[in-house]
Amino acid sequence: MLYFSRWKAIATLATAIVVCLCAVPNFFPEATVQSWPAWAQRHLVLGLDLQGGSHILLEVDANAVRKEKVESLRDDVRRVLRDNKIGYIGLATRNDSVEVRIREAGDFQRALDKLRDLSVPVGGILGGTGQRSVNVTDAGGGLIRLTVTEAAMNERIRQSVDQSIQIVERRVNELGTVEPLIQRQGVDRILVQVPGLQDPSRLKDLLGKTAKLTFRLVDNTMTAQDAVQHGAPPDSEVLYEGKTDPKTPVLVQKQVLVSGEELTDAQPGFDQRTGEPIVSFRFNTSGARKFAEVTQQNVGRPFAIVLDNEVISAPVIREPILGGSGQISGNFTVESANDLAILLRAGALPAPLTIIEERTVGPGLGQDSIQKGKFASYAGSALVVIFMLVTYGLFGLFANVAVAVNVAMIFGVLSLLNATLTLPGIAGIVLTVGIAVDSNVLIYERIREEVRNGRTAIAAIDAGFSRALATILDSNITTFIAAAVLFFIGTGPVRGFAVTLGIGIVTTLFTAFTLTRLIVATWVRAVRPKTVPI
Amino acid sequence: MRLLRIVPDNTRFDFIRFRRFSFPISAILSIVAITLYFTHGLNFGIDFKGGTLMEVQAKSGQADLAAMRATLGALNLGDVQLQQFGGPSEVLIRVGEQPGGELAQQQAVQKVRAALGDTVDYRRVEVVGPRVSGEFLTQGLVGIFVAIGGILIYLWFRFEWQFALGAMIANVHDLVLTLGFMSITQVDFDLTSIAALLTILGYSLNDTVVIYDRIREMLRRYKRLPMTELLNVSINSTLSRSIITHVTVAMSLLALLLFGGQAIHSFTATMMFGVVLVGTYTSVFIASPILIYLGVGAARRAGELDEPEPEPAKAPGSKTPAATPAKTKR
Repeated sequence: MLYFSRWKAIATLATAIVVCLCAVPNFFPEATVQSWPAWAQRHLVLGLDLQGGSHILLEVDANAVRKEKVESLRDDVRRVLRDNKIGYIGLATRNDSVEVRIREAGDFQRALDKLRDLSVPVGGILGGTGQRSVNVTDAGGGLIRLTVTEAAMNERIRQSVDQSIQIVERRVNELGTVEPLIQRQGVDRILVQVPGLQDPSRLKDLLGKTAKLTFRLVDNTMTAQDAVQHGAPPDSEVLYEGKTDPKTPVLVQKQVLVSGEELTDAQPGFDQRTGEPIVSFRFNTSGARKFAEVTQQNVGRPFAIVLDNEVISAPVIREPILGGSGQISGNFTVESANDLAILLRAGALPAPLTIIEERTVGPGLGQDSIQKGKFASYAGSALVVIFMLVTYGLFGLFANVAVAVNVAMIFGVLSLLNATLTLPGIAGIVLTVGIAVDSNVLIYERIREEVRNGRTAIAAIDAGFSRALATILDSNITTFIAAAVLFFIGTGPVRGFAVTLGIGIVTTLFTAFTLTRLIVATWVRAVRPKTVPI
Repeated sequence: MRLLRIVPDNTRFDFIRFRRFSFPISAILSIVAITLYFTHGLNFGIDFKGGTLMEVQAKSGQADLAAMRATLGALNLGDVQLQQFGGPSEVLIRVGEQPGGELAQQQAVQKVRAALGDTVDYRRVEVVGPRVSGEFLTQGLVGIFVAIGGILIYLWFRFEWQFALGAMIANVHDLVLTLGFMSITQVDFDLTSIAALLTILGYSLNDTVVIYDRIREMLRRYKRLPMTELLNVSINSTLSRSIITHVTVAMSLLALLLFGGQAIHSFTATMMFGVVLVGTYTSVFIASPILIYLGVGAARRAGELDEPEPEPAKAPGSKTPAATPAKTKR
């Protein structure tokens, strides 16, 4: 156990030194590190609990996506039957299905064939899973049932989440924060982490809005008050204007004249006459054409600008707007005008997002945590180092060197992995110091025992190492299993703990099996001890 | 320099005889812990219960707890708890989960923020909705069972099944007592508590494995040594290591407990109890003696004691003679 070939010794030292060196970028300011080559830039990332910031977990409303998918299938069915001049009665959605009853029995087979064409392979013809998007079945009595398959639903939800991530990214980037992290989590969730953000209210406002903008005509066939009391006409609905109570009801046609998808730009600004904050926008070519037509035909009538089923304003069209641009005014503050412009530029979400978890840490608490973590680490390490010296003397010094290298290697590996350091993560490192010396304790105690059993110094040291190492492996693997489980179930700070604990075990095994052995072997060769000094 | 010997050489405590006391004591403590769990319950934090947690700091002077309590009490948010946290200017506010789904939690935060306004700094705000909290709890429980299962399988492969079973009984014993501790002290039971439990699991086993390793070695080397004697020798010869290691771990934990701050306080307190107090006791007084009942070494002729086989000193690098297979490891 005590013999090291020259190459093994060099390999051991080289590994230790290289891994330790990986920790170096953490000691330089970020600006300095950025001027280094890319391979040298890997460094630790401080968790949100240490640097402060917001962690927000969003969930895409899968039910809304499902509902929309079924409704669009219903519209398709209506279109197909009309195009083919097939009479039907009762076209309705139920759960994930659309049901339609064909009037003439003679038309039934033709209707079934035509409707079957609505079913396409999921995921396109290439790279698809071979599953169809819709199951079309004969439910008996002239009833046809079209069910959206689970595969098609999942595909649609996946697309919605993808789209949502892009839009969330655009919205968050507009806030001008440093290095926000946006990633998918699970099937229908999006994680947004914004370091340094103290008050996430504005971010949450931006993320909580679907931002579906529509331009529609106001229905003048009855007053809004009458519609509230007696019900709106079938092609119109009552929406409300204003943020304060009592809100003003506005009777708006359901038909959308132009929608927010046709916007190419939106900017906050000020009205030239009143000085009020406004949002000015510009349509793309087709949007501009539609808007020009509508405004030409409806001069003198009010139209409504609707955002997420809320009327922002309902101005009267004074003259045709032909240039494809316009402005929205509606009791904005500078900030709310700015936010609306951001939302319009980023585009509408395919489905509403719900905030299901939020964790925000202010920079003050983060700084405190770093300081406390540092102090606790120094204090814990100092206690252990002194204790080892008092207990094992020279061999205690060897152990302390091994532990110091061990901690430096933990930082090196964390940097290599660009891992996140959290407060529980620091606790994991401090614990590792306590545990890392355990491997030395196991070895030294075994050596003491072998000496008592009457072995010579060198034989005792050799036997101590060879017997203790198997035990060290066994005992550390159990802890490693616990750390691995924790890594997979944990999030955020807890995962940070699992990471440092797991890496700590690996580096501890490395130092126990190679470095400590090398140090002791070198000492034995140099001193040729007659007695073991422990 | 004279070196410190915490444990004298060649101790000969009869740990195994002590099982007549340790088993009933552990049984009683476990029953107490389980009873406590049902009467006092665990103090579930927002991770598992849902709701809002805010750490605020008064911008000037001390926080006026009574005034804040009155202000927040008027908001009709149901269960609102305030508590001094760290210094006199810092207050921890807990708002119970609001009925009405995910959105209602967000509205509750807005109300509190509006009520306290700019008089305080918001050092930490955590909101966990009902959906996530349910998942966290399931994940945590599944995690603990997966860890126990994984470790059990590992031990079963490395040792015999009796060892795996003994370690698991010791393990569950540790977890039960630790849950009892959390129940008495009413420390927050949250995700970091799951982390603490899993770490306790790992370290308590670490200790048990070290002793088991020695027992296995002794079983191979001394074929006719009675089981109780063998266990005693194994525990005694690893005693010094057990104690020194726990001193160093306790030192690390003590530093974290004293200086690590409020955020990890319940975590380190739980670890201290689990790893240092229970873990050590368990591996010596429960995990090892229980092997007798699980039938390890049952084939040995009881009471017949023979001389330990003499151990030839081994020169570095020399091969172990095939004639003494007892000396080869595993």
